[in-house]
Amino acid sequence: MCGIVGLHLRDAELYPQLGRLLESMLCGVVERGPDSAGVAVYGDTRRCPEGYAAVSVLLPPGADTSGLSLDGALVTPAGDTTIVAAPIDVDTLVERVRATFPTAVVIGSGHDLAVYKGTGHPRDLAATYDLAEAHGWQGLAHTRMATESAVTPAGCHPFSVGPDQCLVHNGSFSNHATIRRELEREGVRFDSANDSEVGARFVASRLAQGEDLEKALLALRETFDGFYTLLVTSADGFAVVRDPIACKPAVVAETDAWVAMASEFRALAGLPGIESARLYEPEPGKVYAWTRS
Amino acid sequence: MDAFMKDGLAGDTITFDLASDPVRALNAELHDPSGKVYEVLHPAGAHAVAAGIDRGITVDVRGHAGYYAAGMNDGGIVTIHGNAGTGVAENMMSGTVRVTGDASQSAGATAHGGLLVIGGSASMRCGISMKGVDIVVGGSVGSMSAFMAQAGRMVVCGDAGDGLGDSIYEARLYVRGTVGTLGADCVEKPMRDEHRAELAELLAAADLDHDPGGFRRYGSARRLYHFTSEHSGSY
Repeated sequence: MCGIVGLHLRDAELYPQLGRLLESMLCGVVERGPDSAGVAVYGDTRRCPEGYAAVSVLLPPGADTSGLSLDGALVTPAGDTTIVAAPIDVDTLVERVRATFPTAVVIGSGHDLAVYKGTGHPRDLAATYDLAEAHGWQGLAHTRMATESAVTPAGCHPFSVGPDQCLVHNGSFSNHATIRRELEREGVRFDSANDSEVGARFVASRLAQGEDLEKALLALRETFDGFYTLLVTSADGFAVVRDPIACKPAVVAETDAWVAMASEFRALAGLPGIESARLYEPEPGKVYAWTRS
Repeated sequence: MDAFMKDGLAGDTITFDLASDPVRALNAELHDPSGKVYEVLHPAGAHAVAAGIDRGITVDVRGHAGYYAAGMNDGGIVTIHGNAGTGVAENMMSGTVRVTGDASQSAGATAHGGLLVIGGSASMRCGISMKGVDIVVGGSVGSMSAFMAQAGRMVVCGDAGDGLGDSIYEARLYVRGTVGTLGADCVEKPMRDEHRAELAELLAAADLDHDPGGFRRYGSARRLYHFTSEHSGSY
């Protein structure tokens, strides 16, 4: 089991409440995976101001971020995660972080994205991430009951392996080793032995070729075998897909103000206007995608 | 629930508000009831709401329920005014469970008896391994419904997904709309008068007024569940 939640806001008036809403959603799926939790927030200018790039990173113990020598840098520690933002381009920032801290694990990067990972109770982690105060236009979170790799911050979802992209996964892929070898032959590098990372790398590779989220997930459905409910986000998109026999749960709710997805309804029960939301379970094997307007 | 409500006279409605009362307290009361009629407010998708009732009490759940709502029901009359999560009325023995909205996967799984009515649609695996329950779905059911269905009746007023009745035993299935595909050993069978009569009864029990003549019947070809002697040479 794992728990997935995601919220894509359509009504800008709700942007200041994104973190609070996401925290309540996360707490609604804690029982599905209380060993660790990861969160991604899009558009939180506290972490990544306008005109900045941000890199979310798991630094080695005792790392001194002043060693990055970045003008105008904004560094936010949040438990095991550190978010480094600077007014330079994303690739340069990622390279600088990797060069300064060769053993660091980059867990997210982009112009709009902050990713947090850690182990422990998701409610405590939400406080560590200061999630309640986060603002933004889109976010997702994952509570983990680990099956395929160790309970470490690096093993947390989301997997964010392309610019402003995230993937969270409930389930397990069975042919990930084969697909990993194919991607490695194409030059894709992996950070972990995790099956979900293979899904994220596959999607990132497709998006890099110019496909949109819907096309990339249709290709994933044709390529991957196993159990999955996936929530995948990009710089302007939010998409959900379940495996063709729908082994893992998912509920979608939509109103004029937001689109939300969760493993279970109870994570959605506190959202404003849920009483009149259109509620449905995504059909097996069908890709659902929304784009920021 | 406060003491005043707990001590309410039999016949009064006893109310639990799950925004403040734990599900465990609700279910403990329903297992040793001091009243006959209960109302449950703010279920908010909680699991196991009204599970394990073993007598003829009435429970109205106002809102969406989570997994295993009214599971193992034995005589209770439970209505969920909203949607139900996975496994609503799973392993029901007797009584009635109604869901006014949609139901998630495995509705009525393994249920031995009673009536499960789903006003909206049910997701995949509805009636999986049903053992005598009657299930009436106002809308459609997802794929792999009535998988290994052993006994009981399932009525689908909308469409059925792929693999309907795969490896079915003696359950009878009635579908008004289309069937994606039939599962292994599930075949269409003729509608005779006794089938139209039992279907009319089931529809009436679910407060539906469809014409039984508009349904098709499906059941087991009985090719799978006996060892066939022609295979004996294979061993």
